[in-house]
Amino acid sequence: MYGKGILTGMKVTMARFVTTYLDDLRMLGRRYYNPAGIEYRRSKDAKGIFTVQYPEEKLPMPEEFRFVPFLIYDVMPDGSHQDRCTSCGICAKVCPPQCIWIEQTTNPETGRPVPEPVEFFIDIDICMNCGYCAEYCPFDAIKMDHNYELASYDRHAYHIFNKERLSQPAEYYAGIRPANYSREEAIRREKEAKKAAAEAARAAKAAE
Amino acid sequence: MTEMTAERKLSALEERFPGKVSPDARPGYEGFTVAPKDLLEVATALRDELGYDYLSSVTAVDYPEENVFEVVYHFYKSTGGRALVLSAQTPRNKASLPSLTPLYPAADFQEREAWDLMGVKFEGHPDLRRILMWEGFDGFPLRKDWKEAYYEEEHKPFAARWPEGAVRRSEDLNAFSGNVAYSKEFMAQPDKYEEEAEPLLYAKLNEEAEKMGRNFETDFVTVNMGPQHPSTHGVFRMAVMLDGETIVALKPVMGYLHRNHEKIGERNTYLHNMPFTDRLDYLSSMSNNWGYALAVEKLMGNRVSVPERAEYIRVIMAELTRISNHLWAIGFLLNDLGAFFTPSLYAIEERELILDIFEATTGSRMMCNYFRFGGVARDFPEDSWNKLKDLVNERLPRRIDELDVYLTNNEIVGSRTTGVGVLTPEEAIAYGMAGPVLRASGVPYDVRRADPYGIYESFDFDVAVRYHGDCYDRYIIRMDELRQSLKILQQAVKRIPAGSVLDKNPYNVRVPAGESYGRVEGPKGELGFYIVSDGSANPHRYHVRAPSFINLTALEKMCVGQKVADVVVILGSIDIVLGEVDR
Amino acid sequence: MTDNAIPNINTPGYDVPAEMQGQVAVTSMDRLLKLLDPAYNWGRRNSIWPMMFGLACCAIEMICTAASRYDLARFGMEVMRASPRQSDMMIVSGTVTKKMVPQIVRLYNQMPEPKYVIAMGACASGGGPFKEGYNVVSGIDRYVPVDVYIPGCPPTPQALLHGLMKLQEKIDSQSITRERWYDSDVPADAIPVPVLGPDLMDPRDFKKMKQLAKQGAKA
Repeated sequence: MYGKGILTGMKVTMARFVTTYLDDLRMLGRRYYNPAGIEYRRSKDAKGIFTVQYPEEKLPMPEEFRFVPFLIYDVMPDGSHQDRCTSCGICAKVCPPQCIWIEQTTNPETGRPVPEPVEFFIDIDICMNCGYCAEYCPFDAIKMDHNYELASYDRHAYHIFNKERLSQPAEYYAGIRPANYSREEAIRREKEAKKAAAEAARAAKAAE
Repeated sequence: MTEMTAERKLSALEERFPGKVSPDARPGYEGFTVAPKDLLEVATALRDELGYDYLSSVTAVDYPEENVFEVVYHFYKSTGGRALVLSAQTPRNKASLPSLTPLYPAADFQEREAWDLMGVKFEGHPDLRRILMWEGFDGFPLRKDWKEAYYEEEHKPFAARWPEGAVRRSEDLNAFSGNVAYSKEFMAQPDKYEEEAEPLLYAKLNEEAEKMGRNFETDFVTVNMGPQHPSTHGVFRMAVMLDGETIVALKPVMGYLHRNHEKIGERNTYLHNMPFTDRLDYLSSMSNNWGYALAVEKLMGNRVSVPERAEYIRVIMAELTRISNHLWAIGFLLNDLGAFFTPSLYAIEERELILDIFEATTGSRMMCNYFRFGGVARDFPEDSWNKLKDLVNERLPRRIDELDVYLTNNEIVGSRTTGVGVLTPEEAIAYGMAGPVLRASGVPYDVRRADPYGIYESFDFDVAVRYHGDCYDRYIIRMDELRQSLKILQQAVKRIPAGSVLDKNPYNVRVPAGESYGRVEGPKGELGFYIVSDGSANPHRYHVRAPSFINLTALEKMCVGQKVADVVVILGSIDIVLGEVDR
Repeated sequence: MTDNAIPNINTPGYDVPAEMQGQVAVTSMDRLLKLLDPAYNWGRRNSIWPMMFGLACCAIEMICTAASRYDLARFGMEVMRASPRQSDMMIVSGTVTKKMVPQIVRLYNQMPEPKYVIAMGACASGGGPFKEGYNVVSGIDRYVPVDVYIPGCPPTPQALLHGLMKLQEKIDSQSITRERWYDSDVPADAIPVPVLGPDLMDPRDFKKMKQLAKQGAKA
């Protein structure tokens, strides 16, 4: 019968329409504005309205999510900030669109380079959020941020991020990427333990 | 690596053309060279006698030291098997070769691209105009000695970035604070320049329309659809000549998204190119990644090996990509038909769930940048693995069936698509069609089966084929492929072994000198990457054989004789992505 | 924000005779009009019609934003118009190439005031990863004025929504009395459309070109 296909199709849309209301009733009050509700809406059983009510509720960012990069500093016991970056330049070398500029610190007395950046720029109007800098940084000093709410009215003033704008404490990193952080810390501790052991062995040898 | 097959091909070719064809002697090159004067003769014999009826890729390579351009052709048999690579050289100052377009219409756009970007003239080409840049553009940008306005250094990484790299914007160094440069003579009187309204394009349209003859005693009407037009899926333009409502000639005009992928790619290091490939066909970045990784891994030979788990993950990601792409294609084909947004909303919903997996695993919804040479960047996190299992085993089969019930038997879909834009199998092969478009015309050619890569040989799946070659078949074949992809995914999820996913991951990848062509069956068709390495850290030539681009070659053939409203449907059924068309 | 607050009509800011103080409201037309701003802006900010105009990768994210998960309709922006004449906002979503710039400027000229432009993604803002390419324009703001820049490559749908909310804030801060499209001397001349010559030419650059040619400098 001509028109049967259209009617069957309309049955599908009708079923979707009805399910939406049934599902709303079933989830009464629990559908929106709570993490379980969001999780439900992105699960295999999601039915009915699929919408995330941004900005009142936000999709949780998965740990690996990457937006623009940021630099990590460690807060020392005395309260001072120690950049993890040694200005080795690997991130600038692997950056596909070449949006990273690093200025190395030089010791004012000797004139020799110090492994620390005096300035660090990322032009976020060039950055392609690929994550190479974070992936290849040997010091875990540069990582990809989760903050995507960066819209601005003036790119010329705000879209080249300098070191101050890029720097974040290590706790911030631990907060947005807990699994990566603990894995990297474990490796770092292991390395340090090895180094300490080697040092101790050398000291013992010297003492003999 | 393929000594045996090379020998066999050589003897067959040599028997036929003693002294005219010789194997390429350069290390790492696997093709045959032919003199320009013999090119047509050899190509005719390849097509008619040796069965190499499918011309996949045509591209030009610049060798400034030898002072030649080399045009490289990749031929295949439409029944499957490995490539036959033919190359012909022509001097740089008088670059000209016979055109293969009369023999293989598939060469049409590719030769135009080589003319546009490299400046190689193809004698006998029916319509040799610029294709990606505009007529009147100064220079041939892919030549090695052509420098753009923002030229900084020959190769990346740029020294200015480190260690004393104070930040500066490229436009601050340019006199016009923009990405432009003019010759001195031109700057003296710029306002004397008169922009012409593409005389060559319209002359060609007129010529072809006149050939068709008239039905009415009226004038033909020229209609430009695009570059801003809701039906063109981006910034694509079709110049259409109409006789009443009937199309008598159509010329696709592209390049509105030409972002110089190849020129940038030749400045990049091998690793740099990976995230750029994401932005080719931005609906299916994983397939692009794979094609590129395959080409480079082929060059690297035994310096790199892919762990088995990584091979499975590659298959999983590629098939998920195919599903999300086909869902999008179906949704927007229906959009073009006038089913405004409901089907595409349903399709996008499922796609979003797939993107959730991509985001959790790779870090980005669309620009995954996930493949590395020798594996993939990282393993699945546990929760996204569980989600993946739920999706492929439960939700997607259910939802694809629902979409099928919803659309497939719909009478409006049927009457708008059946018999529209028909392409016969012979035409499909001749025009170099690839992917679903080729298979909907009854040619069971799928790179996953015809020239297997990765571990596809170990999966049980069928190559979907339909036989009418019209828009309806191009729709339904995507439904079939969705189901086949699910079948592969279900097997892969069940069988995936444990282990590492990445061999080693140095940032300064080096590959030996040579050429390689890696191709995968992307969701849009055969996606090929042709790379010439000179042994340095950057590719000497980097070319993308983009299925969307070459599939457009037959657009005119499909559209002529149809009504103007059908153009929208035909274009939708080809499923193009402009990032890949224009690169 | 003080500019935007409802003016106190009893204190107009100039001398009012003592006998009239507190008896009559003295104000200017300007200030009266300002009273309308909140209602007027509320209407405008909740019915911004975007132009259906996608350039590249970001366009896909724009479509996803309009689709069911992020649902632009919640902001009254779901009415994507294919015609510039009917739209209030152009989302420049993707890489702007030299070949495409003339069309974009033309479309912008055809849009009626008040019109807004959003540069979505790194490419539209400043050229993005393709900036060095010979056919790529380093940011659309050289040709048309941009209201909001959204970084990211591509910005996720939520980032786009954030940018759109920034635009709404901007609209909130505008006043009928001060905006250019209500001025009697609205600049009537449209933005000159760039020309595709040997390279992309902006007619505004002609003078500079001649000057440079005279100096014998090469750009």
